[in-house]
Amino acid sequence: MLRDAMDQAKLAGATLHNFHGGLQLRHNKRISCELPIERAAPAERFYVPLLQQSGQEAQPIVAAGQHVLKGEAIGCVEHLGSGYLHAPTSGTVSAIGTHPISHPSGFDGRCVVIEPDGLNQWTELHPVDNWQQADPDVLRQAIRSAGIVGLGGAVFPTAHKVDEASRRGIHTLILNGAECEPYISCDEMLMREQPASIILGARILQRAVGARRTVIAIEDQMGAVHQALQHALRESAAAEIDIVKVTTIYPEGGEKQLIQVLTGLEVPSGGRPTDLGLLCQNVATATAVARAVTEGKPLVERIVTVTGSGVRRPRNLLTPIGTPISVLVEQSGGYADDAARLVLGGPMMGYALASDDNPVIKAANCILVLSSDEIRPPQPEMPCIRCGECARVCPAVLQPQQLQWTVRHGLWDETVSAGLADCIECGCCDFVCPSHIPLVEWFRHGKSELRRLEAERLAADSARQRFEAREARLDRLKQDRRRRMEEKKRALGDGQEKQKRIADAIERARSRRQENP
Amino acid sequence: MIRHFDTGGAPHFPPQTTVRSVMLQVIYALLPGVIAHAWFFGPGIVVQILLACGFALLFEASCLAIRRKPLKLFLGDFSAPLTALLFALCLPPLAPWWIALVGMFFAIVIAKHLFGGLGHNLFNPAMVGYVVVLISFPQFMTAWLPPLELASWAPTLGQVLSTIATGHPPGGLAWDAITGATPLDTIRSSVATGKMVSEARQAPIFGDFGGLGWEWIANWYALGGLWLLWRRIISWQIPVTMIGSVVLLGLAAYLADPGSNPAPLQHVFSGALVLGAFYIATDPVSGCASPRGRLIFGAGVGIITLAIRRWGAYPDGVAFAVLLMNMMAPLIDRYTRPRIFGQPA
Repeated sequence: MLRDAMDQAKLAGATLHNFHGGLQLRHNKRISCELPIERAAPAERFYVPLLQQSGQEAQPIVAAGQHVLKGEAIGCVEHLGSGYLHAPTSGTVSAIGTHPISHPSGFDGRCVVIEPDGLNQWTELHPVDNWQQADPDVLRQAIRSAGIVGLGGAVFPTAHKVDEASRRGIHTLILNGAECEPYISCDEMLMREQPASIILGARILQRAVGARRTVIAIEDQMGAVHQALQHALRESAAAEIDIVKVTTIYPEGGEKQLIQVLTGLEVPSGGRPTDLGLLCQNVATATAVARAVTEGKPLVERIVTVTGSGVRRPRNLLTPIGTPISVLVEQSGGYADDAARLVLGGPMMGYALASDDNPVIKAANCILVLSSDEIRPPQPEMPCIRCGECARVCPAVLQPQQLQWTVRHGLWDETVSAGLADCIECGCCDFVCPSHIPLVEWFRHGKSELRRLEAERLAADSARQRFEAREARLDRLKQDRRRRMEEKKRALGDGQEKQKRIADAIERARSRRQENP
Repeated sequence: MIRHFDTGGAPHFPPQTTVRSVMLQVIYALLPGVIAHAWFFGPGIVVQILLACGFALLFEASCLAIRRKPLKLFLGDFSAPLTALLFALCLPPLAPWWIALVGMFFAIVIAKHLFGGLGHNLFNPAMVGYVVVLISFPQFMTAWLPPLELASWAPTLGQVLSTIATGHPPGGLAWDAITGATPLDTIRSSVATGKMVSEARQAPIFGDFGGLGWEWIANWYALGGLWLLWRRIISWQIPVTMIGSVVLLGLAAYLADPGSNPAPLQHVFSGALVLGAFYIATDPVSGCASPRGRLIFGAGVGIITLAIRRWGAYPDGVAFAVLLMNMMAPLIDRYTRPRIFGQPA
């Protein structure tokens, strides 16, 4: 069956399909697309969090007082073999200290603090010569050492994805230009202004993973983008790249949903797009790949949308990682009078930050400032009335109303069978719930509980295995001892023979004693 | 200068709907039918609705207070008035006041709060209340007035109030003198005495396809129901399969034996079928949640209603059918869960 699915996946984009549920949300992207992308104003101090993605934080490989150049490695994550952190500018490391790190938990974390010297001087760069002929291994190595992560917001290390893709073999690369969340326009502006670098990144990625074809998916509401990409495509004379417009329904930019729209296929539960012979990458990730390979530049900056009715002049800014958010807001005209919430990410999945002292991280596609009348007022949660709206809009075809019930009551077996792991946390269910139940919060809680239980189970399992091994060992020793005793007894024989041997032994002992009194 | 903000969970947009607005929209959708009811049968229905609402809010407030739940929040969700409204629409217009009292006690206290309150009731509260008073007080619950245009005696508002307050018709009139058989009663007793349905339908209480008056009330209910469908407050599955199963089975029975079976439209436009299809069986709390489950649920209510009308001891069976299907809803939901994205069939 998977074979057939692979063949069907090869036709990605030929016909478009639907996914279950979803929402038609007000777009709100236009407001941040009026001004061209501009470089962010230089910050007085950069705070580069050592934790940029879920999991382990990086180890700093610089010390306070050390001078660093832009692009120099300042942190590494050993077990990942990737996710290198690089200095966003040249300057002096003033401290490795605790600071807000723009993490969903709201906790502070360790940051490499850099005082810029104002020169913004690059370290020595090592581009790949002639990537068209380069070994795919070399290309993947360049991606790995550039610290590139998925820039759509998931920040999964790109090196991992391309390694897995090249190991398993894929036929089609999908570049995701369908920003699903309202307000966020950094990918749209990137595609409009730098289409050539996206095409270039697509061709490099294609070579790095051995794909035959690339599909660039954009939303049907992005008029200028299509023209720009088409033009760049003609210029590059790349034949194996197609641009496909998809209808704008949230969460179409989700990897699984986009693949379903393009191929009609579902990524298997617990599986990866590579199961269908596909690799999905965000368009901004592709440009980061192009820069890493052709210029040797690591990922030290990204485009950030600063928008919402809480800022006066919404726009997109090319921002070094570690820039405090306050700098971006100031450059966007400052806060409007009724700015009430600061969100990192979009309005559906983004998380609220407690202050604008938080720095821009690799995952920061959008800084959204919402005014007081745009946000959800604090409201009491009502009981679920089982209206089923959540199930109607769920793109994972879950029954959130029943799922939340199993999570709430800790029925973990049922939670697993009800598909908690398949929840993509898009927030559609939350959005339509008349009882205002924080469903996604419950599901996140459920997922972390399941992880904890799994860890406990593993720990208990290994403890039990150790105990059982010990019991078995003691048992074996006991058996050995008994066997030896029995062998000795058997060696003695029985009846007269036995009596005689005993008597002989006593005699021997006695004579020995007489010899040595 | 560092600026601080309040945090809150995603999504950050204000909510689209509230429980209160869902309940209110259902109430609005019923209003045209209520007005039609008053038009054809007099103001009794309005008095019953007000009485039932009053008792419902009283019981709701008491239960909430005992359970230490926030009064304002839950009284403002309009679920109790909606239950009261649906219950009152099933009452004969001159039923004495304590019918509403008993009905609402069982609906709100027993069926709703003893099961855990809003969202936790296994059975449709309005139907529990209705079935209790139907079984307990058959004399009053069958005292239906004929449509005003056929009535020899049309009560004034004062007479309506005094009848409801005292439990006796005014001026020493007997109940028999002022009430009449409903269309479903008529068909039932005619068929039982060996008459043809077509003969029974000669009675003046019949209209074009249902009961005189009743068919128009049903039309207005249906119109409100379509509005609810359009507003996506209810989903299409239950009304379609409930009415559809009645029409299809009713048609088969009618074609097989037109003498003892009424035409399918007669079934649809009699009794509480349209009200049930759009407003009662669609109660999300006590019904099915999955789309396929809702198809089965609606068809089940329709089939059981027909069976009760044909073979049961009561002329109409919507309330019993809804309660029976309520019992099965969790089981149906369990076996009709849609395939999760990416999981094998």
